[in-house]
Amino acid sequence: MSIRHGLLALLERGQMYGYQLRAAFEESTGSTWPLNIGQVYTTLSRLERDGLVRPLPESEAGQRPYEITDAGRADLALWFATPISRTDRPRDELAIKLALALTTPGVDVRSVVQAQRSATMRALQELTRLKYGSNRPEDLPWRLVLDSMVFQAEAEVRWLDHCETSLVRHQPSGPAPPVPPPSDVDADDAARWAGEEARR
Amino acid sequence: MSGSDDAVLELRAVHRTHGTGPAAVHALRGVSLVVRPGELVAVMGPSGSGKSTLLALAGGLDRPTGGEVRVEGQPLGALDRRGLAQLRRRRIGYIFQQLNLLGSLSALENVALPLELDGTSGRRARALASAALTEVGMPALGDRFPDQLSGGQQQRVAIARALVGERRLVLADEPTGALDSQTGEAVLHLLRRRIDAGAAGVLVTHEARHAGWADRVVFLRDGVLVDTTAPLGNVDQLLTGSDR
Repeated sequence: MSIRHGLLALLERGQMYGYQLRAAFEESTGSTWPLNIGQVYTTLSRLERDGLVRPLPESEAGQRPYEITDAGRADLALWFATPISRTDRPRDELAIKLALALTTPGVDVRSVVQAQRSATMRALQELTRLKYGSNRPEDLPWRLVLDSMVFQAEAEVRWLDHCETSLVRHQPSGPAPPVPPPSDVDADDAARWAGEEARR
Repeated sequence: MSGSDDAVLELRAVHRTHGTGPAAVHALRGVSLVVRPGELVAVMGPSGSGKSTLLALAGGLDRPTGGEVRVEGQPLGALDRRGLAQLRRRRIGYIFQQLNLLGSLSALENVALPLELDGTSGRRARALASAALTEVGMPALGDRFPDQLSGGQQQRVAIARALVGERRLVLADEPTGALDSQTGEAVLHLLRRRIDAGAAGVLVTHEARHAGWADRVVFLRDGVLVDTTAPLGNVDQLLTGSDR
């Protein structure tokens, strides 16, 4: 997702100036994505350059509102209609860390799994607590953002449980066989992560 | 783990072994746990890790082969069958995946039943049952029979039955069962509310999302507690999430 589409969606509600956009953006993401006003203006000027928004005359208070154009509406509609691709996400450091932990001498993989699971579980507890406190109908957008984080954390815990069960069954005979890292990992990254692990 | 004077539930180095000799199965091996008023503890772990055994021991449905279980300071081992049954009826509420509602009784009668079995007068039992049904959001459906209620409503009746009267300890084993995620969440919401009002609870679940409702999460593996969490103090740190 881009700030760009976030701002277009907000302008679809009606014209707004920079500070209003920033406040509305943060409100609709439950402050999970803080924006600075510079990012808002940079994005607005790019949107203007691409013909997706248009500036309106300044108000007496010196604020310049923007409105969405037809091209902007089309772009927004396309964004809503297009599924998000997971391949754009950064590489999963945790998965790589565990793969390396399994093949690095002297590392207790189970402790790595347990430490991560406790941390993720704590995050889940806090997210749930926030959700429990957000019961008003107008909190729905915020609750859905929280739910998304809850389900991601849950998936991570399930995967860690799965890892733990696999480790119980895993009986290394002699030196651990080399496990090929995921195909999108390059050797430099692997070395860097291994180094970070060793420093802890 | 000492200084547990106000503990509602306390497990002290509890062992539970099924069978003897080479065929013995060690379901729990020295588990200690304290649950205080206003606290919900979730127990997680793979199948066969001892979760349900722990819950059965906590509720006096099973006896440990070593160690001690106390409910409100009372060692369960010191009670005879009758004393134990009385404690279970009065102080402990159970929520199971199988609801065990009696089909020939109305919702209200199902909820009032444990009180009436315990000698509470019919009128008072019904008043308390009615209050419990209101607490779970079903004030108007007390006359319906289980088969006239949806799955979610039946689960609410089962919860009302677990909460009715003066229950101080609520034990839940996968209480959201086959419910959809919204209805399941409503169930946990009710449980949480009762805990916040001063009860103590243990929630056995294999779903991290449900364990998230607890104040503390303990992980069992092969009958041993391997891991415990307590909530973070700082929520803001989590939301800005710079370290993820």
